[in-house]
Amino acid sequence: MPSNEHYEPVIGLEVHCQLLTKSKAFCSCSTQFGNEPNSNVCPICLGMPGVLPVLNKQVVEFTIKMGLATHCTIAPKSIFARKNYFYPDLPKGFQISQYEEPLCTDGFVDIEFEDGKKKKIGITRIHMEEDAGKSIHDIDIDTVVDVNRCGVPLIEIVSEPDLRSPHEAYLYLYKIRQIVTYLGICDGNMEEGSLRCDANVSVRKKGETKFGTKTEVKNMNSFRFVERALEYEIGRQIALLEDGQKVLQETLLWDSNQGIAVPMRSKEEAHDYRYFPEPDLVPVAVNQNWVNKVKATLPEFPSERRDRYLKEYKLPKYDADVLTTEKGLADYFEGVVENLDKKSDETYKLASNWTMTDVLRVLKVQHIEISDFPVPPKNLSEMINLIVDGTISGKIAKDVFEEMLKSKDSPRTIVEKRGLVQVSEEGAIEKVVDEILSKNKEQVDKYRSGKNQVFGFFVGETMKAMKGKANPKMVNEILKKKLSS
Amino acid sequence: MAVTMKDVEYIAKLARLKFTEEEKQKLTHELNDILNYIDQLNKIDTSNVEPLSHVIDVKNVFREDVVKPGLTSAEALKNAPAKTEKFFKVPKVIGGKDA
Repeated sequence: MPSNEHYEPVIGLEVHCQLLTKSKAFCSCSTQFGNEPNSNVCPICLGMPGVLPVLNKQVVEFTIKMGLATHCTIAPKSIFARKNYFYPDLPKGFQISQYEEPLCTDGFVDIEFEDGKKKKIGITRIHMEEDAGKSIHDIDIDTVVDVNRCGVPLIEIVSEPDLRSPHEAYLYLYKIRQIVTYLGICDGNMEEGSLRCDANVSVRKKGETKFGTKTEVKNMNSFRFVERALEYEIGRQIALLEDGQKVLQETLLWDSNQGIAVPMRSKEEAHDYRYFPEPDLVPVAVNQNWVNKVKATLPEFPSERRDRYLKEYKLPKYDADVLTTEKGLADYFEGVVENLDKKSDETYKLASNWTMTDVLRVLKVQHIEISDFPVPPKNLSEMINLIVDGTISGKIAKDVFEEMLKSKDSPRTIVEKRGLVQVSEEGAIEKVVDEILSKNKEQVDKYRSGKNQVFGFFVGETMKAMKGKANPKMVNEILKKKLSS
Repeated sequence: MAVTMKDVEYIAKLARLKFTEEEKQKLTHELNDILNYIDQLNKIDTSNVEPLSHVIDVKNVFREDVVKPGLTSAEALKNAPAKTEKFFKVPKVIGGKDA
């Protein structure tokens, strides 16, 4: 077995993000996903002769946003280029991209490790380009093409070769996804292809300063695959070197079914794209004024938001971390907080608990995004308000919560309809407690002889008799009083 | 750095063009002429001149992000040399793509 610990992997990632514009990059066709094949098209994105592309302003603004969020320099002048290659899903025979003068350069992001340590990962460039169509290979024996996706705007984010392990690559990708989703410029869905990632990978002996020969790994279409594919490729390269062989510079496709990376065919023509400035699109000039305007629209980022949660809501760090991981979840939590009747550190913590445990659990079990979560934040606040004012117990709230997932009723309506109002009337609870105690003389004696653990039994019996509706605090108090008298 | 016949064949292949031997010879000659002319231009000192990417001095031509109807799929597929009901049909593509 090769001695892996003597080697150091060097990884750089190219991340493509589909931008959430309504229309395509260079024509007014819809970017809507899932429409009838070949229906979001026009002469421009079909590559008909004589047409003229016109740049969607939103594409530039989204890219500036990403540039600013990753500490890039926004180029005062930027141009488009044609990347020439033939493939059936590219009707024009070239992709409009940026080559020599990309919009954003020289930035960085901080990746955060589990132990809280941080590492700066350089961003070489971020450029604008258009997506290609989709080839579908499995209908009959032919390949068929859907060009709906042709011309949908993308940004390509190219990192420096600063990543030193598959896990770092994962953390970097995670960070990029977090930023684009926070900015609202991309939905970040890797499985559906709105976020795609290619990697440049090489290995070298530890202490070596020169880079080894790199390969390019493509088609890693989930977070899990990125780490696995990189581990595979690093292992393969180390094994080659240990065996006295050389790593060939080539492009490999990750095959998730087999768990291996397969070399792509026909190397000889690869990477000769004959880039040249796109004559149909004029340069983009971004002045400081424009940059400032975009800067003013930047949202609060996860780390800032987390710090605010610690200060403003006095939440534990763990809560603040979990809640701010995704913008949607943080927005949801704040929506809950906003509608709380009583605003205190305790109610904030309650809101945090319900969001972190119950809401997140449902998202996980049902495989849905927070945007599809059936309970609006103000309903969850209302439910918490009912707990706080003593109308329902935390235990009943769990039932109310389950019911809220199924019906559109407000928590108050659910409580009323199902008679879930908590019994806080002392007399009613006392009556039940008396019954329980007289029915269980033996246990009472046990308790009085010092076996305190029996107490839980009485609480359980009382709650059961009252169908969980008794105010638990009062049950405790009354039981204590009666048992010690 | 004269262009050879081999270069012409390579570029032709990239552009999916087919030429006869005679045409290749002619093109080799013409491409060399063009490059010679460029060499001549290269003698001019341009160290203080910004590279020109576009001949007209226009910047920032944009459209707003508004969807407008395009073609129907029937219209889009109308002139396709091969198609199915909803798709363009192309020769079977084997293996991956390089893009």
